[in-house]
Amino acid sequence: MAGIPALPRRLHGPSIWALYAIGLVPAAWNFYLGATGGLGVNPVKTFEHLLGIWALRFLIATLAITPLRDVLGLNWLRYRRALGLLAFYYVLMHFSVWLILDRGLDFGSIGADIAKRPYITIGIVCLACLLPLALTSNNWSIRRLGQRWNGLHRLIYPIALGGALHYFLAVKSVTLTPFVHIALVALLLLYRPLRKPFLNWKRGSPRLARASR
Amino acid sequence: APLAASTSQFSTDEKLTPKEAVTTYNNFYEFGTGKGDPSEKSQHFKPLPWSVKVDGMVGKPKEFGIEELMKMQLEERVYRLRCVEGWSMVIPWIGFPLSVLLDQVEPLGSAKYVSFETVVRPEEMPGQTGLFQPLEWPYIEGLRLDEARHPLTILAVGLYGETLPNQNGAPIRLVVPWKYGFKSIKSIVKISLVEEQPETTWKNSNAREYGFYSNVNPEVDHPRWSQATEQRIGEGGFFKVANRPTLMFNGYGEEVASLYEGMDLKANY
Repeated sequence: MAGIPALPRRLHGPSIWALYAIGLVPAAWNFYLGATGGLGVNPVKTFEHLLGIWALRFLIATLAITPLRDVLGLNWLRYRRALGLLAFYYVLMHFSVWLILDRGLDFGSIGADIAKRPYITIGIVCLACLLPLALTSNNWSIRRLGQRWNGLHRLIYPIALGGALHYFLAVKSVTLTPFVHIALVALLLLYRPLRKPFLNWKRGSPRLARASR
Repeated sequence: APLAASTSQFSTDEKLTPKEAVTTYNNFYEFGTGKGDPSEKSQHFKPLPWSVKVDGMVGKPKEFGIEELMKMQLEERVYRLRCVEGWSMVIPWIGFPLSVLLDQVEPLGSAKYVSFETVVRPEEMPGQTGLFQPLEWPYIEGLRLDEARHPLTILAVGLYGETLPNQNGAPIRLVVPWKYGFKSIKSIVKISLVEEQPETTWKNSNAREYGFYSNVNPEVDHPRWSQATEQRIGEGGFFKVANRPTLMFNGYGEEVASLYEGMDLKANY
């Protein structure tokens, strides 16, 4: 693809570390704002919701890597692990803020909330599913698990679906911001079953074009 | 503008929520769904001139000019406000009992309910325009006539010693302190006395979650939010959780419980 110049190979490693650093900026900056009174009069809820939205954004970015390569020819596969782990870190922070600052570690009501409210149940299940993915996000696990690693990491699809559903069920009315996030997740998930036919068509099309000449 | 008012026996002596919080953390979807939208996007709203039409099953239907309403005997009422989302405030409203206004129009014996309607002005209210509108407009609410006539139920025209800011429902709004905040409809243009239980916006939007009565009740669970506790805005901080138990009828049980005697409040949520 023209337009985006390829990054020199020696910068691949540093660019991944830069992504981790930049990716954690929204959490750090809003934590600072919250601690200094800059997040409005309900800082806990604001911070909690921000962390949740950023978690979904990193999930979306993770899912976008494959279609970006297929459709635009951008090979950003090297960033996928960092994006997935950033999504996990944000989900973990979102959960911790809910547990500690929002619910005040009131485990009675926390247990009742998890059991009774579908969007919270879904959220917890997604976090539980993310855990094995995060723990196996290292080269040793990839080597060790072989094909099973690929199978395990397909969990990202139900997790993304659950994350979008969690957001949809948590808002009082679906306005533009939730709609865009949920639609992006839907689009990226819908791409998966269409991927094979699309790649076949893409590979076949120049030949077809020649044949029809 | 500053507004003079007498004190009231119905006021709580709890610590006031800071004015800054009362005027920047609002649910007023006509200006947007974000808590900051009403204060940030309501500067083009024109609360004057204004009038409130009172009609339906009344002997003397009338359109009240806002000047006339501001001349009513105004009282300061410091009330707790409990939002269905699980947060609460203590707000010094200025207003007068709704019953005073109702008396002037002489409700007929057949009138059983009161319905209320908010203004529709897409050109001044950005939440009423665009592709993704959260609710149907106009925003409508309703009360049983005895609830509407209860001395705690007021029409507010001010808060913190001044006329109502746009984001809090200028120039005139309802305040029903024992019900969840969304019942206290803002920027009212029409009040009708009717025979049948009126439709209400949030019930129309999601009847499973929002009922007609919507009395604050820690024992009736909302499908998404526990109603057992509430977060008092302005008291917590980032590292301090300000959760407190929610009181039946938002602490106004002594005054209003008799309105619901013999009623199943779990069925009539």
